[in-house]
Amino acid sequence: MESMIEVRELVRTFGNLTAVDHICFSVPVGGIRAFLGPNGAGKTTTIKMLTTVLAPTSGQIRIAGHDPVREPMLVRRAFGIVFQDPSLDDELTAQENLALHAALYGVPRKEQTQRIEALLGFVGLWERRGDYVKQYSGGMKRRLEIARAFLHQPRLLFLDEPTLGLDPQTRSLIWDFVKGLAKEQSVTVFFTTHAMEEAERVADDITVIDHGRIVAEGTAAMLREATATSSLEEAFIALTGRDIREDEASPAERMRMVRRAWRGR
Amino acid sequence: MRAVWILWLRQLKRYSRSRARIVGSLGQPLLFLFALGFGFGPVFARAGNGSYMEFVTPGIITMAIVFTAVFGGIEMIWDRQFGFLKETLVAPVPRLAIVIGRTSGGATVALLQGLIVFVVCLLAGFRVHHPLLLPLALAFMGLISMLFTAIGTAIGSVLRDMQGFQLILNFLVLPLFFFSNALFPLAGLPAPLRTVVLLNPLSYGVAGMRAAFSGGIGFDMATDFAVLGAAAAFSLGISSLLFSRIEA
Repeated sequence: MESMIEVRELVRTFGNLTAVDHICFSVPVGGIRAFLGPNGAGKTTTIKMLTTVLAPTSGQIRIAGHDPVREPMLVRRAFGIVFQDPSLDDELTAQENLALHAALYGVPRKEQTQRIEALLGFVGLWERRGDYVKQYSGGMKRRLEIARAFLHQPRLLFLDEPTLGLDPQTRSLIWDFVKGLAKEQSVTVFFTTHAMEEAERVADDITVIDHGRIVAEGTAAMLREATATSSLEEAFIALTGRDIREDEASPAERMRMVRRAWRGR
Repeated sequence: MRAVWILWLRQLKRYSRSRARIVGSLGQPLLFLFALGFGFGPVFARAGNGSYMEFVTPGIITMAIVFTAVFGGIEMIWDRQFGFLKETLVAPVPRLAIVIGRTSGGATVALLQGLIVFVVCLLAGFRVHHPLLLPLALAFMGLISMLFTAIGTAIGSVLRDMQGFQLILNFLVLPLFFFSNALFPLAGLPAPLRTVVLLNPLSYGVAGMRAAFSGGIGFDMATDFAVLGAAAAFSLGISSLLFSRIEA
């Protein structure tokens, strides 16, 4: 089967630290892949390299047949992404955020209005389209980001913990939509999550990464069987151990903490 | 092109929506205008240099532009911290288009801020001698805006958080402003200071604007234009280069 994502011997080091250590995997067109691992395992670093914003130290990547280092524009046109951290402009309205995205991705103007209306309606934000994003709750922002990722109708979706902070209703709405896209339009989905039951329910296949290396790959059933456990959660712990990982705060997180502290006064 | 336009528009929307910022950043230049303009006026006139208000107004306009422009460029740090930058970095748009959109937007905002100060100066008694030369003054204001937005963007591409902010203010922005001919004339300066002022590209912007307001068009103005234009182009190039190296 043709693959949408093809990764071979991918390495990324930061000084002495090897964040991603010779990983290989591929995701077929129309496949839904969960990319699991404890904090600091190398998930986000891998996604950054796949999405052209971080150069690999060595190894090969093919996204929709293109190399993110040499043909970043072709790769960027192919995918949509929901980042782990917020990436909206708080000073613009929801509608303006989407219009900006449409302009950046060259969505035809005629389709733009109609698609924005449909997507905002889908995530339940159409009534609030004229509000500044800074007035949105965390869950609403998340929904808006998800709507935005679909706006240019990508063939590949990266979702980095997309359902963090969403209620069960919204979570299931979004996963049903994602599964529908994969099934009906052969959209490939690559997502990370810490919610194991979500991975079990949604993903066709699961790749587990730890300490920068891939430690297991297969369907949820295969992982359970290989570890002789009864749930994916147990299988995950069996594969990656019980140690709690330290995750260094990025400057962005530190800044957010400061801002929260000030606002909370 | 559409990407450049939408990013330009974004900067303008953000500006027009933050009234506090517009009013707040008027405070400093107006303080200078009234304190220095009226305070030094008598001494300046007695020294035989004419009206200080007339002399210092282009300097005050420049001040408003420089501060707005640099901070508009540095604002990118906030975009990086609060995530919006990523949205533009993964978009299928060349980094150059993003830089152009951002800097032209920031420069437009700085120019508008300069125009507001200009109007206030008119109300405070500043007179333009040759209204026909106003477009030239505007061109100088625009070039200063471009130059300093590009400098701000270059800094914003390198800094990761706002901790270096004070450093930039005290060791770059303020010296560039004070060691120019914005507040005092070049004539009679001690040689070292004179050299520093002449090496500062901002001096050429102020001189050009001053000449356009007072009607002193001539060879000097062409030099001013060339130096300022070259500095703006150079800093745009540097900021594009630094921006294109950003990794998320």
